[in-house]
Amino acid sequence: MTVPGAEELARRKRLQVGPETVSNQASTDFPGHWPGENHEWNLDHFRENLKVQFYSTPPPDPLRPDVENTDPALDLTFSLIGVDTAIANAFRRILIAEVPTVAIETVFMLQNTSIIQDEVLSHRLGLIPLHGSRDGLRWMKWRNKPAEGGEEEPPSDYNCAQFTLEVDCSWQEGGKDRMRQGETDPNKLYVNHSVYAKDMVWVPIGKQHQLFKDDPIRAANPDILIAKMRPGQQIKLMMHAFKGVGKDHTKFSPVATASYRLMPAIDILKPITGADAKKFARCFPKGVIKLEKVSPEDAQKDPELQGKEGEAKAVVHDPMRDTVSRECLRHAEFKDKVRLGRIRDHFIFKIESTGQWNSDELFLESVRLLKIKALRVKRGLAEMT
Amino acid sequence: MSGYTANQATTAQDASGIDINARAVNYTCGDCDGDVQLKRGEPIRCRNCGHRVLYKKRTNRMVQFEAR
Repeated sequence: MTVPGAEELARRKRLQVGPETVSNQASTDFPGHWPGENHEWNLDHFRENLKVQFYSTPPPDPLRPDVENTDPALDLTFSLIGVDTAIANAFRRILIAEVPTVAIETVFMLQNTSIIQDEVLSHRLGLIPLHGSRDGLRWMKWRNKPAEGGEEEPPSDYNCAQFTLEVDCSWQEGGKDRMRQGETDPNKLYVNHSVYAKDMVWVPIGKQHQLFKDDPIRAANPDILIAKMRPGQQIKLMMHAFKGVGKDHTKFSPVATASYRLMPAIDILKPITGADAKKFARCFPKGVIKLEKVSPEDAQKDPELQGKEGEAKAVVHDPMRDTVSRECLRHAEFKDKVRLGRIRDHFIFKIESTGQWNSDELFLESVRLLKIKALRVKRGLAEMT
Repeated sequence: MSGYTANQATTAQDASGIDINARAVNYTCGDCDGDVQLKRGEPIRCRNCGHRVLYKKRTNRMVQFEAR
């Protein structure tokens, strides 16, 4: 059995990004691909190579450099290193479609004279992310869908959260006079002209009184605009929220999105100096390339740097900020001097929670769900033999 | 997304057909936006402004929708 060296292994898990092509995309670390090498799956080997890396300061998202100061509890970035794409993708898909959350499912419309139609209003209400005591939400159970022609399971404290929404729009005192004088600002004319998610009132039932005592169920973002009204219009309705999963309807998805990208890798093969170095740095997003002075030792070591002491030299500083735009491959002066790529087993995950759960809880939940799935397969296989 | 109306209140009036003590029904005036109560046989006219276009109000009956 031969064992490949570290350099060879690093080369194997590097995707090559050319000006118009991406090569070496597929992983090859499975039995039978490399003659004379053992690539059998091995728990100890996996344990040694798996790494989950959190960042003390959240790394900026190169695709959205303008977004800063997001809440790290709800907008989490971390690196998952040493797993196959299939596993990383399974986590992502489970996060989006199979981690359960509570969302409004039925709306009982008693009165709606606003201009927004009943169906549209119900749909909007369904999409509002809810928030409340984590223990309470965990305690809540599924409400089983009725079998064909069967009776529906009655809503109860363990499977249903009830809300009401009652808003009447009316004139402010003296509002009519102000309007005659040409005032158009609704804030100076009407009362309750905008219906917000914070206007929903939760009606605790049964055991929910204790479970959600300190942390009642409410909208995660209180300032979501539901509808606009004018004097004389009224909305009066009741809602039932149930537990569900994202594959049934997006409103049950716990994440705005969960995504990953591969860690970019930039290799400078031959030194880039002087004005070229500045141009090279400009080919990348801010912070990826750093300019350093060529030191006397550098000049001695590398024949290409001889006599260039004190000049600027391009150095890779933070490849994570790169978008892999391939801009540097368009310029003739960098030909054969740089190699772009991505590391196949370094996933930079980004989990943007909608507010019901924290992002780290969501990821752990996705791991738990994948484990349950694997056990189900194992049981099924055991039954077959 | 189609909702269904719950049969909570079927009035006795539907069956008997004619009811001399007919209940007043509320309408909204098309001009002054005021409330108008009309009984059977009364002229269709706003008491406040005399406008002859009246709008019927939306029912108070509950309608159930799926939030999808």
